[in-house]
Amino acid sequence: MNESELLSRKKCQELFLAVEQAARRAGISDIEVTVGSTADSLTRFANNEIHQNVSERTTTLSVRPVIDGRTARASTNRLHRDGIQAVVDEAIALTRASEPADLLPLYEDPTISDGQHYSEAAASCTPSQRAAQVAEAIRIVETQGQTAAGIYSTAENVEVLMNSRSLFRYYFDTLTQFSITAMASDSSGWAKATSAIHQDVDPIALAERASRKATLSANPRELPPGRYTVILEPAAVLDLVGQIFMDFSGTAIADQRSFLNDRVGEKLFGSNITIYDDVAFPLQTGAPFDGEGVPRRALKLVKEGVPRQVAYSRVAARKAETETTGHGFPLPNDQGEAPVNIVIVGGKTSLDEMIASTENGILVTRLWYIREVEPYEKVMTGMTRDGTFLVRKGEVAGGLRNFRFNQSVVELLRNVEALTASERATGEEAFDMVVPGMKVADFHFTEVTRF
Amino acid sequence: MRDLAERALEAATRNGVTYADVRVEDAKERHLTTKNAKPGNVATYDSMGVGIRVIVGGCWGFAATDEVSAKGLERAANLAIEIARSGAMAKKRDVVLAPEDAHEITWASPCAIDPFSVSVEQQLQLLMDLDRELLKTSGVTLAESSFVCSRKRQYFASSIGSRIDQTRTVTGAGFTAFSFKDDELQKRSYPNSFGGQYQLKGYELVHELDLLRHAPRMAEEAVALHSADACPEGEFNLVLDGSQLGLQIHESIGHPIELDRVLGTEANYAGMSFLTLDKLNTLRYGSDIVNVVCDARSEHGPGLGTFAFDDEGVPAQCAPIITNGQFVGYMTSRETAAQIGQAKSSGTMRADGWARLPLIRMTNVSLTPGEQSLEHVFDTDGIYMETNRSWSIDDKRYNFQFGCEIAWEVKSGKRVRMLKNPTYSGISTEFWNSCDAISGPEHWTLWGVPNCGKGQPEQAMGTGHGASPSRFRNIKIGSAQID
Repeated sequence: MNESELLSRKKCQELFLAVEQAARRAGISDIEVTVGSTADSLTRFANNEIHQNVSERTTTLSVRPVIDGRTARASTNRLHRDGIQAVVDEAIALTRASEPADLLPLYEDPTISDGQHYSEAAASCTPSQRAAQVAEAIRIVETQGQTAAGIYSTAENVEVLMNSRSLFRYYFDTLTQFSITAMASDSSGWAKATSAIHQDVDPIALAERASRKATLSANPRELPPGRYTVILEPAAVLDLVGQIFMDFSGTAIADQRSFLNDRVGEKLFGSNITIYDDVAFPLQTGAPFDGEGVPRRALKLVKEGVPRQVAYSRVAARKAETETTGHGFPLPNDQGEAPVNIVIVGGKTSLDEMIASTENGILVTRLWYIREVEPYEKVMTGMTRDGTFLVRKGEVAGGLRNFRFNQSVVELLRNVEALTASERATGEEAFDMVVPGMKVADFHFTEVTRF
Repeated sequence: MRDLAERALEAATRNGVTYADVRVEDAKERHLTTKNAKPGNVATYDSMGVGIRVIVGGCWGFAATDEVSAKGLERAANLAIEIARSGAMAKKRDVVLAPEDAHEITWASPCAIDPFSVSVEQQLQLLMDLDRELLKTSGVTLAESSFVCSRKRQYFASSIGSRIDQTRTVTGAGFTAFSFKDDELQKRSYPNSFGGQYQLKGYELVHELDLLRHAPRMAEEAVALHSADACPEGEFNLVLDGSQLGLQIHESIGHPIELDRVLGTEANYAGMSFLTLDKLNTLRYGSDIVNVVCDARSEHGPGLGTFAFDDEGVPAQCAPIITNGQFVGYMTSRETAAQIGQAKSSGTMRADGWARLPLIRMTNVSLTPGEQSLEHVFDTDGIYMETNRSWSIDDKRYNFQFGCEIAWEVKSGKRVRMLKNPTYSGISTEFWNSCDAISGPEHWTLWGVPNCGKGQPEQAMGTGHGASPSRFRNIKIGSAQID
């Protein structure tokens, strides 16, 4: 299978031709067209029943002309003849009204850079199939006297980029997500997984995990705020460490809004921290090309604690007199680029071994509402949630009330004592990444909440 | 649009469907940004589609499509029904809706100057002029300005006979000066952070904001922050400006009063609420001078939460939330009102577009103006903070921490010293009970929060929050300990 039933290559070519002809009638020959199509269904449950159950389907056409060093973008989901003419007219008028920008000619590349991460089982999953799995997950949690809430969603997406320099990029994927919170009278547990491969997401195993955490964290004790050794599960690492990657950007550095200002090449983190960006990594998903169609290159963002490489769009690369890395956002934009296929290299310590080696510490399932307090040391605040545990003398010794943290991510990555193997992790505060769990010294909890 | 809505409703109304509503939406948006006086994002978005919501066998089903042909509508209606039927596999109770009348109305929000009639050239020119003005101040290393406007027309039709045609026009604008020096990044934004001020208005909002006049002061403050002392740590009396107080209301009152959160239906993502049902009419939420309403009516002002009817056909209302410090009301939907035995919904169901299901969302949740003068509010020894920089609160909405762009030490009513990196934290009810001065209506502004996230799939919603500068006693300041 080399294309999605949602949006065929032929349909995309027809749309491009219609746009190109409309543009030529207006005397415009340089044009970029993107088409995105999505069919997304989500079965949501709470209080041990399905309560919101939705599906959406849409296709969007986006047109970006280049006229005398200017560019702008107009988008529509009206794909009939009049709609296409209107969006082309709008894009041209908008571009003419804009001012000259830092801009390069449309990207040219005769090589193929298409991709897919597709699962037929995800694309064809029915409401009844989702509901049956949800019912079973609820039963598992309910059997423990707990209350379940969560989602089971299946989606199919297509992303196509074409331009008048004969560029044609086609990517399609599926994404299955299951997330569940199990709630007991004074505790809760959470588990979530996502994958392009439908069968890789196991709602039953996730329900059992969330329920077990809720049971283990019952009767939570309150510990005073302070600096503690923490064991962060991969989802917690993802959501916290994931906050720094917009700064691995040539544009952010040029704008002096990156914490890497004057720091690339300096030993900033521990020697056990190595981070890649690699769209081809087996657990990664996403298009192998960027917002202009440039193939994504693998980057060694951090090698043994030293930031080495950052992402460059074509324009940022020209300004920095280097080569583009294929990480640019769709034009026009003011953020430039960022790595989006993060792989943090893991270690050989299991989570159980981390716990066994901890005399006095805290095991964290998940972090929540993370916001940047200070941008240069990347001080982040946020809360623990849905499974925070005391670790005493090498064992999990019960649940804890949730903490607020104020923690520098730069400092955190200097204080990593051990890493688990990396896995595809998913949370709610950062995009999915491949990350390990981490044991971290001197993590800074500043307050305790009421539950 | 009416024909489309009628056809969609007809497709959805069949045997076994006990309730159906459809929303047809036609939306357009314009987004302009500049950076250092050059164009950043210059884009428009145009979208039309239909969302169909049904109850079958006591379960909800929802399907949305932009294929508005007869075949596309039929497919979406069939899918909504199939989805609702699948819900029977995990059902504890039948959905019951609080009664509502059928309404027929056409309504458009006031808009003195159509923002789409003002040329993109003129709008970009203003943003570039702002950037240039900011960059005149030595030490400003990055200048960013933005403008956004949208017009959304929605036609709502329901099986109980409502036919509601609403058009809302929103405008927003603002700018930020950044200054990077000696490993420290400071910024000042006007009139608010994260894009500025947003209201249910036309381009007249941009004129009212008088952005250029404020640019030099913001640029100077961004640079001056490098030389300011760090905000001290400890307990201090705290005065907040209206924009920061608006976000404080949003996070520590607006979200906790959402009845769907209270009842657990957001537990997996946005979280729940400390305002369990036993707290209604019994909890002392704030001090005696604290009065909060949830008001979607035009009389409240041109807020991002102002409309004529919500997205399930319930009229805009003013619902008391906190009266003289006492917690007296939730935000409800037809379903949740019925669940707790209330006769009617308070009309707060909103969707962020045709493709998404309406959820309970804040409309305009506002602190009503006080009776004190601004001089009285500042008549204290303490710290005054202005313009949000960071915000975080736990998933039951007890513990919060906010950071602001700038603060000043206040002594005997006078600002005596600029302070950088200020943060404050607390527990929601303790904070509101410490409120001892609220300035009057002449200082009250209806602030817009354009991007409140909630729901799965996540929806971004605009909400309004009226507030005037107010004072709070003995607040924990500086626990973030930024060196």
